[in-house]
Amino acid sequence: MASTDTGTAGRRNAPEDTPAGGPQDDATTGKAAAPARDGGDLSGLEAGLDALETVTVARSPLGRLLLSKVLPPLTAIVLVLVVWQLAAWGKVADPTKLPSPSDVGQALADRWQAGDLFSIIWTSVERGLLGFLAALAIGTPLGLVVARVSFVRAAIGPILSGLQSLPSVAWVPAAVIWLGINDSAMYAVILLGAVPSIANGLVSGIDQVPPLYLRAGRTIGATGLRGAWYVLLPAALPGYVAGLKQGWAFSWRSLMAAELIASSPDLGVGLGRYLENMREGSDMAGVLLGILLILFVGIAIDQIVFSPLERWVLRSRGLTARSQ
Amino acid sequence: MADTLTSAAAPGTQTAAPAARIDHVSKAFGRPGAQQLVLDDIVLDVRPGEFVCLLGASGCGKSTLLNLVAGLDRPSTGTIATPGGRPALMFQEHALFPWLTAGRNIELALRLRGVPREERRPEAERLLSLVRLGGAYGKRVHELSGGMRQRVALARALAQDSQLLLMDEPFAALDAITRDVLHDELTRIWSETDLSVLFVTHNVREAVRLAQRVVLMSSRPGRVSREWVIDIPQPRRIEDADVADLSVEITEHLRGEIRRHGQH
Repeated sequence: MASTDTGTAGRRNAPEDTPAGGPQDDATTGKAAAPARDGGDLSGLEAGLDALETVTVARSPLGRLLLSKVLPPLTAIVLVLVVWQLAAWGKVADPTKLPSPSDVGQALADRWQAGDLFSIIWTSVERGLLGFLAALAIGTPLGLVVARVSFVRAAIGPILSGLQSLPSVAWVPAAVIWLGINDSAMYAVILLGAVPSIANGLVSGIDQVPPLYLRAGRTIGATGLRGAWYVLLPAALPGYVAGLKQGWAFSWRSLMAAELIASSPDLGVGLGRYLENMREGSDMAGVLLGILLILFVGIAIDQIVFSPLERWVLRSRGLTARSQ
Repeated sequence: MADTLTSAAAPGTQTAAPAARIDHVSKAFGRPGAQQLVLDDIVLDVRPGEFVCLLGASGCGKSTLLNLVAGLDRPSTGTIATPGGRPALMFQEHALFPWLTAGRNIELALRLRGVPREERRPEAERLLSLVRLGGAYGKRVHELSGGMRQRVALARALAQDSQLLLMDEPFAALDAITRDVLHDELTRIWSETDLSVLFVTHNVREAVRLAQRVVLMSSRPGRVSREWVIDIPQPRRIEDADVADLSVEITEHLRGEIRRHGQH
């Protein structure tokens, strides 16, 4: 059956019934069409395997989704309100120190009637988002350079991760002296809080890219800048998005701290300033309202922007627990 | 049944330019002075359209050799020529990009090859049907089974339109039945195209099932120790008596190679 010969052509026996119009017998290699021996058996077997092993990712119906995602946090909020109201009725503490939920609701209604509720929120949100976008524009190229250029990494990598543990509110005095009590100082504090998070997120995202993807990319011709654009950056996206999420949290926190500390008519009234004004007036219901509004904005931006982004990135890669 | 060819050198009788010419290639790793020789003076040609299996135990440097042919690393001495351009490479892991669908993975390879935008989609669909995954264009990688992933990976490798396909134990992680099906697919696609294949494996039966020529490598350092020309007509089956008989013989030689390392 097998031969000792190495150089002859036509070593493979071409079946007599090679389909018409099929590939031609290659004289140099003895290549011939090799129809599946059992006719359609192979494709049937293959289809069976495919069907058996395919994972179907079913998305939950809306009703179940609401029940599992909305009901639990709602229950928790209601529970907190009930306990709070009971504590207020029971006079656990002085009403000036522990106003009831309805007092806080009244403070909210007052702001609504005064017409400055949205301008207070928007002053802070606008600053926070603009600062975050600036941090994004600075942190992304910075992270890319730190991740890919070993000299830069050795030079500023440790400082960049160290900056993450420095509360950026510590920069407020310096920012005020350098830039004055104005919007520039606010933005400086946001940047110092968010840029390290975003850059570090991208660095760790790039560090965690499996080398196999880079090898696979190189074999299909993704080298140099094309490799970075088509392989490295998309592969690093999960870490990058986690960095963005943290960067937003840091932006918002540092902005609130800066607004609390720095006071000037130039700054207008944002949420931090509103909170500080209420404290100066010993209006505890107002203080609680300020805290709740700051919390609400932080959660809302996260839920509207960053969580969906993160879920989409993870789900499309099969990295969420639900898709397993 | 099968006689063996004991010449250690590649046959030099053909005249056509080879799909790959590995010419006295050695590879050493480590610092100068403390180097470890991984590949020693490998001479091997893959003829156009030929299917060659590189067979060897762990440490024979067969994957290193494949990386050298793929251009991912450079030989310490000797030269490697692949006149048909950059070879396509398939790994044991599918190495598909999880942020792209099956079809987009293939289109990325087409795009990097310079295929115009409007031709990419139809070409990707054609390649997917070639591996019998006609409906998988929009599927995410994690939605596919192991065997389907390797078939998409094969389609992506074919998208490079290279003359030479390098395969580094591509089916080692699959179950026996799936591997069997993929052997049939690979044989079919190989015989329908003018592709040359250099296939690395440590599975003797797989090598005999697939190859026209099986090259046995010795370990530490890797050398070409022996080769067999396999004349059993395709399509073969892994359970065929001819395949089994030759596998027994080659396995004996492979065991001999491994035993040598226990003796010192």
